[in-house]
Amino acid sequence: MKKITLLTLILFVNLLAFTQEKIEKSYKLPEVNIKTPEGQTFNTSNISNNGKPVIISFWATWCTNCVKELNSISEVYGDWQKETGVKLVAISIDDARNSSKVMPFVNGRNWDYEVYLDVNKDFYRAMHVGNVPFTVLLNGKGEIVWQHTSYEEGGEVQLFDLVKKLAAGQDIK
Amino acid sequence: MKKFIRFFYLMFLFILPEFIFAQDIISSGQVHGDFQLDAQNYQPDKDLGITDSTINGKNLGMNAYMNLIYTNGNFTAGVRYETYMHPLGGFDKRYEGSGFPYRFLNYKKDELDITVGNFYEQFGSGLILRTYQEWNLGYDNSLDGIRVKYSPFKGVSIKGIIGTQRFYWDKYTPNSRGIVRGADAEFNLNDIIKGGENCKTKVILGGSFVSKYQKDDPTFKYELPENVAAFAGRINISRGGASLMSEYAYKINDPTAVNKYIYRDGQALLVSASYSQKGLGVTLTGKRIDNMSFKSSRTELNQSLDINFLPPISKQYSYALSAMYPYASQPNGEIGLEGTLDYFIGKGTLLGGKNGTNISLNYSKINAIDKSKINDTTKIDANGTKGYNSDFFTFGKDRYYEDFAFEITHKFGNNFKTVFSYMNVAYNIYVLQGHGDMVYANIGIADLTYKFNAKNSLRLEMQYLDTKQDFGNWTMAMLEYDIAPKWFFAVSDQFNTNMPEEKKETGGKELNYYNIATGYNLGTTRIALSYGRSREGLLCVGGICRQVPASSGFTLSISSSF
Repeated sequence: MKKITLLTLILFVNLLAFTQEKIEKSYKLPEVNIKTPEGQTFNTSNISNNGKPVIISFWATWCTNCVKELNSISEVYGDWQKETGVKLVAISIDDARNSSKVMPFVNGRNWDYEVYLDVNKDFYRAMHVGNVPFTVLLNGKGEIVWQHTSYEEGGEVQLFDLVKKLAAGQDIK
Repeated sequence: MKKFIRFFYLMFLFILPEFIFAQDIISSGQVHGDFQLDAQNYQPDKDLGITDSTINGKNLGMNAYMNLIYTNGNFTAGVRYETYMHPLGGFDKRYEGSGFPYRFLNYKKDELDITVGNFYEQFGSGLILRTYQEWNLGYDNSLDGIRVKYSPFKGVSIKGIIGTQRFYWDKYTPNSRGIVRGADAEFNLNDIIKGGENCKTKVILGGSFVSKYQKDDPTFKYELPENVAAFAGRINISRGGASLMSEYAYKINDPTAVNKYIYRDGQALLVSASYSQKGLGVTLTGKRIDNMSFKSSRTELNQSLDINFLPPISKQYSYALSAMYPYASQPNGEIGLEGTLDYFIGKGTLLGGKNGTNISLNYSKINAIDKSKINDTTKIDANGTKGYNSDFFTFGKDRYYEDFAFEITHKFGNNFKTVFSYMNVAYNIYVLQGHGDMVYANIGIADLTYKFNAKNSLRLEMQYLDTKQDFGNWTMAMLEYDIAPKWFFAVSDQFNTNMPEEKKETGGKELNYYNIATGYNLGTTRIALSYGRSREGLLCVGGICRQVPASSGFTLSISSSF
């Protein structure tokens, strides 16, 4: 088994060599099935915002910094939406211990985000999230153009600067 | 089975080069990944009980991993490399070493999704099957085998799995552990029934079956069942803001070391009702577990080889002292309930102030289940018997855990954010940690952040735990300075006072856990360095939350995703 895995790794490296020659390709969102708060299946390929930017935020009810970030954004979310039409999709990685408490938690904090449940971290793994909070920005075409881990007070200002650029059609790479 | 998978794998590798040389294929392939490295330097620390011989020359511990995933159209391949040289304090010593414990190939097209190799999967709430990974806790029970997912019509999805679980670095051999196989079906009635999409009430039904096979041990005094089956049924109903979720699981007789080899069957019931609307959320959850430990090896007593997941129904606390006495589900039996309330007091009101105020309340109570003798001559839980009888809805005499807490979040003006919380807990430390009696504690926490300008902020965290049992009182203070979005600097100290006399007599010392840390974030890359003593627990600092083991010395963490 080890030999086969090593062979596969060598193949990966070769594939990498081929892909390096190409121009920077677009990084499309992985297509993974997650759940709505009502328990219905939702595929991440359906995350869209009519050509406007999308913020995807991985969070959990037990992650104090995630809650602080989403509270900070909630204070200015209305203004952000008016100015750029941006949408924030909050992906909760709470497992079966907390998943039924997620929507009451969200509503009890007056958040207006689109919330989905990734109870066994399928989307988290596909997106290579290491720790929460983890934020991803999608441009109008649904391509991943920026990612960031951790949150500190005022970090949402930098996030909004990037959202404004995306809304204006600029490239932020 | 193994030979078939190996053949399948080799086939892929031989066919792959044909695709590589086709231009279309190259232009659409991508590689992405992530990695994390945690290294700790261990100093002898007499007070923490860490001596030169405990360290045994291993004064540097390091855990690291790298995940790589290649995707191209409908095809995905992934691999993870892990190395533990030596495993960090708090991680099982059997992790020592390096290798590729996780690799898979996946093909997805329309309604079909096939994975060969290692995979993580959950049926319903996980009561009979959940394989998952928590790197920071050293938990990985992935299944190595085949998973097929298929959706024959809209609203119906079926999954089938077969495989063997990961056990540190041990390769599967026929009698080392069991084979797990199972199937799950889920029906979204709103999609199946004509006109259902327009119905305001949403109903989802699901059913699952999981069976494990492990050869009987002819030398063992009892005859052991080789195939143990478990079944579960679930329903999810929601309408507007109201929601009801329920799952019931049943397992046939499964005598193992965990349940002391009794032949009683197992049951689990989880019911959760909630209501939420803008500004308000309420939940009420009830749970009963009766003999539901489900492992792929009869003799395993630690946290490895669990096939299922029994969610604890108490709040998951995030601050160091409120997470001091955490509850863990008791697979042999427990019954409990939990209620939560989240309320937002709007802006412009007296209590809401300029920005609004959030109030959260939670309560939970978990007891042993009722157990009575099966007949006059047999003790409860006697090996080789049916164990006990139990009245379904009765709470047993022993209290395992009871807590009540509230948390208030409020922002004063434009620059000062506060979180205040209070918690009261009764913790059966004998059942949960194997020593002592009941611990009764009161915990108060203040988490204050002052923002000087757009980029600079200062956070002060003050915590106090008051108890007459266990280690006595704890006081904790942390000061963190952040320069958003890249830098953080933090100093903290946790110290112990009023230790009970009995503990001092057996060598207990009132200790001081000091720590200084700094870190840098750029995009998805994070580097953090800290020095000092750390108590084991959940740590939220420098922008993220992570589980950390006990240590004394330097700690370095590097992580990134690409």
